[in-house]
Amino acid sequence: MSFPVDLIRKDFPILTRKMSGKPLIYLDNAATTQKPQIMIDTIVDFYSNYYANIHRSVYEFSQIATEQYETARTIIKEFINAETTEEIVFTRGATEGINLIANTYGKKFLKKGDEVLVTEMEHHSNIVPWQELAKEIGIILRYIPMNDNGELVLDNIDDLINEKTKIVSIVHVSNSLGTVLPIKMLFDKAKKVGAICVLDASQSIQHLNIDVQEIGCDFLVFSGHKIYGPTGIGVLYGKSNLLENIPPYQTGGDMIRSVSFERTIYADVPQKFEAGTQHIEGAIALGASIRYIHNIGLEKIFAYEHELLNYATNKMKEIPEVTIIGTAKNKASVISFMLEDIHPHDVGTILDKFGIAVRTGQHCTEPVMKHFNIPATTRASFAFYNTIDEINVFINGIKEVIETFK
Amino acid sequence: MDAINELYQEVILDHNKNPRNYGKPEAYTNFAEGFNPLCGDRVEIYLNLDNDIIKDIKFEGKGCAISKSSASIMTTLLKGKTIQDAKEIYSEFLEIVMHGCDGLEVKDEDLEVFCGVKDFPTRVKCATLGWHTFEEALKDQKV
Repeated sequence: MSFPVDLIRKDFPILTRKMSGKPLIYLDNAATTQKPQIMIDTIVDFYSNYYANIHRSVYEFSQIATEQYETARTIIKEFINAETTEEIVFTRGATEGINLIANTYGKKFLKKGDEVLVTEMEHHSNIVPWQELAKEIGIILRYIPMNDNGELVLDNIDDLINEKTKIVSIVHVSNSLGTVLPIKMLFDKAKKVGAICVLDASQSIQHLNIDVQEIGCDFLVFSGHKIYGPTGIGVLYGKSNLLENIPPYQTGGDMIRSVSFERTIYADVPQKFEAGTQHIEGAIALGASIRYIHNIGLEKIFAYEHELLNYATNKMKEIPEVTIIGTAKNKASVISFMLEDIHPHDVGTILDKFGIAVRTGQHCTEPVMKHFNIPATTRASFAFYNTIDEINVFINGIKEVIETFK
Repeated sequence: MDAINELYQEVILDHNKNPRNYGKPEAYTNFAEGFNPLCGDRVEIYLNLDNDIIKDIKFEGKGCAISKSSASIMTTLLKGKTIQDAKEIYSEFLEIVMHGCDGLEVKDEDLEVFCGVKDFPTRVKCATLGWHTFEEALKDQKV
């Protein structure tokens, strides 16, 4: 059975809108994804029908809100196959998740000379928090290099993962190149030297089935808005024994069991990491989005997105002016490209006039741009609501750009 | 597509392809580097000032067609001018890219190619990068 994209498109109200006077063709899904009606309705329902604070009061609405919030946690626990719901912590996003790990686990357990290993294709959010830790306590940040296809070079991996390695923190899918990284193999090596494994699933959670127990990661982070949920909500998964043994990231209300002026006893996980009133509707609506995705099925989504990726890749290869940046064998539906010396910002401006939304710039991966010696790229990234027809318009748009600059 | 053609006029495309006064001069009195972290555009401005006369102005950099052609056109306009005159041209340029040319009497014809930039708010910063950097170079006190 072919993928029911026409039906799915009806679930996303924004897809009927026009941009710059043309039907919207949204190809910026790696930056953020559009929202299904069910998610929007969930937010409206919360504010219209049972809005109240959670974990506090005995009245009915507060109890319903608390139940819904905790149900979202359960949905996420099942989605990534965590062992317990206590291992799911709500954050503001992947960036906060990595900062939390660096500032709690990192500061408690790492010492001068310890090594943290990342890759050359990390998003800045998985580089800068570790650099701060390097400044503060003298850890050493190392990275696994990549080749010109955008694949990791593993020749020196047994030197890079050594007895000094304490954390291996790796992106699952590169946001600027689309490469799917061999995380299982890297984490297996990391565990042999006793290192903690952190997975940045920001660009994989919406494409690939993730089973944290099978992957064997100790921590995992992702952002809700990239998996069809709201902005400002994200998830940190952490193994129970780790979460229990690291200090809280922020302190205050809701994360305590008892407070006196002499001493405070913290709440158990995950509340220990959820200080202050939480992004309640964000969590509940993220749960709705994930349930929606789960019902369609990530295998089907991935297969369809791969069709789009292959079709677009082949069409683009027919245009001599196009150079695709990131040609790994194993890719998610992301295509970064150059059009000879036409600057990506000029490409993006012209495509916008066709109603096409693409990302132009460095994609928060300056080391990747440096590797390819380019100032920026244009990036088209596909979701399961995109169509072959849309890709055809996009391909024509590229030809128009080339024509304009001839 | 009219707005696109208005933005990417022949003159802009020509300056993008063949930028004038491009390259680092051997000697200069003032220098500044401008950077737009949003898009990665970078420009370097080199001035040779003789009292208040801009005897020479050159630039180098990497960027989009708008930022490159804008810097290139700027050098052709400011070369040989007094600092005071240059500042007036800069003001006129800013007025044009922010608000367009409707109802405006454009003194420097060469600036008319920028009349369409205001329809692309995200691109105004590209157009002004070279000029901002020129202003910074004027403040350079190293010599």
